[in-house]
Amino acid sequence: MASRERVTVVLAGADERDLTKLVEYRKAGGFKSLAKARKMQPPGIIDELLTSGLRGRGGAGFPMGRKASFLAKDTGKPVYLVVNADESEPGDFKDREIMFRVPHRLLEGCLITAHAIGSQNVFIYLRGEYTHEFDVLRAALDELREAKLLGGVTVVIHRGAGAYICGEETALLESLEGKRGQPRSKPPFPAVQGLYASPTLINNVETIATVPAIVERGGAWYASLGVENSAGTRVFSLSGNVVNGGNYELELGTSLYELIYRIGGGIPEGRKLKAVIPGGSSVPVLTAGEIQYPLDFDSMAEAGTMLGSGAVIVIDDRCCMVQLGLRVAQFYQHESCGKCTPCREGTRWMVQLLRAIEDGRAEHSELDLLLDVCDRILGKCLCPLGDAAAMPVASYVTKFAEEYRQHIDEGGCPFGGESSLQGVIAPIDQHTLTPVAVIPA
Amino acid sequence: MTELVQEIREIAGHYPDARSAILPALHLAQKRNDGWLPPQALEEVGTALGVTPAYVQSVASFYDMLHLAPVGQHLVEVCTNVSCALVGAQQVVEAFQRELGVRPGETTEDGTVTLKTMECAGGCGWAPVVVVDHRYREPVRAEDVPELVGELRGGG
Repeated sequence: MASRERVTVVLAGADERDLTKLVEYRKAGGFKSLAKARKMQPPGIIDELLTSGLRGRGGAGFPMGRKASFLAKDTGKPVYLVVNADESEPGDFKDREIMFRVPHRLLEGCLITAHAIGSQNVFIYLRGEYTHEFDVLRAALDELREAKLLGGVTVVIHRGAGAYICGEETALLESLEGKRGQPRSKPPFPAVQGLYASPTLINNVETIATVPAIVERGGAWYASLGVENSAGTRVFSLSGNVVNGGNYELELGTSLYELIYRIGGGIPEGRKLKAVIPGGSSVPVLTAGEIQYPLDFDSMAEAGTMLGSGAVIVIDDRCCMVQLGLRVAQFYQHESCGKCTPCREGTRWMVQLLRAIEDGRAEHSELDLLLDVCDRILGKCLCPLGDAAAMPVASYVTKFAEEYRQHIDEGGCPFGGESSLQGVIAPIDQHTLTPVAVIPA
Repeated sequence: MTELVQEIREIAGHYPDARSAILPALHLAQKRNDGWLPPQALEEVGTALGVTPAYVQSVASFYDMLHLAPVGQHLVEVCTNVSCALVGAQQVVEAFQRELGVRPGETTEDGTVTLKTMECAGGCGWAPVVVVDHRYREPVRAEDVPELVGELRGGG
């Protein structure tokens, strides 16, 4: 495949200038879009977003313009814009880089979007661990306030406190309202009853940071980037067993092969590619033979997986796929909020079964039981966290069936302690390691 | 009214509903109480926001960054999620265990350092990620650990 010319939208100009400074961001054309947008009628901006084909970058991929057009009108209540900056999907670190490199572009996107939906109140729900990004965003916001660019809009940067589930939009709203971050049942959707039961638009950092370019150059221009049904660029997070890990903004439709080998420099030390997780740990895995697929919504669906949040995790041949399943399941067990029984109990069962398989204590029938547990979680909870555990693990068991059976036949891990994930201590293990957590018999 | 209660009420003024300020309030209370939330801090947060201490505890217990038991002067968190684990996070954990003489979830006897493993920190392409006192160090290899521990012990 011929290399495409690299087009950047979200991270544009960040290699040349320090765009954390307002003066530099303005030299790069910053805040011209805001001035233009404020002269436009709000429906005109939403039309541009609809034309652009911009789909949400948080994972679900819902068209942003449509989401904005669903907002309940004339309710007599305030309209809220909430930016989901609670990036926690394993493999994902793009929003963090967007915030620490182009904070003004995010804030400009917030102000344009607020104008488009008639909102005076913006909340940026920022992952609590992102302390540096908090400092950068706050400094950028102070610059905007001093430059009188806020135009009467209040922007609050709200720090979370460590909970993956708060990236789910309704859990995020609960958390922002000062509660435990447990998802709500939908409907009502946030567009009708979101924050404080008022109409609320929630979008991911990358989505909002794309808005200034769409206003500046038009929805049709943005729609010309990428491929059908997957317009524009995405900031892909590349990690794992790859030479050049990092975030790369690429047009949608770039192949996994190109990302991993041409851009990422391939697998270190000449080792063999075994598997690729293309959209964060919540999505089904692809084998080494499936990397010809382009990274866009439709192609990933055709490959039986999802583009998710654009986090590509590269796995080489030293990794035991049972250990991978165990580590992924442990994550979801730890992060399950406990509200829905299938997820709370199911993730626990998954971990126990995977541990038994890894230790060579399982029977062949337990592979079916594991898939059955996955099936009993899938689609049966209020939010997709349980699905996010069930789908990837079921894909490992199915696509690497021989390796799973080998654990049972050989009474233990065929990697003999040499797997790259050998002995990894997950946070959930900590609870059993620490004396206070010992439950009396 | 304590100073903390006053500060929290100021923060609450940024929100349409005071209860929304509970996470910023708990972050602040923790900062003022050696990195954890003693019962009295939960009471102060409750007083400031007009909710019961039990409610404050129910919220605080939900979030990983809020500690309901004492922690060391320094907090070392090693990410052991998939991307970090694939490139040697467990070796980093083991190096910390050797240097500190504690297991993840424990604090050194002198109260200097608490060691933990954490879920995906969001630095996957720059792995392995270690977060020291809420600041990211990327990447940290097992061989970097003795110097890092020396820095923490030296700096008190």
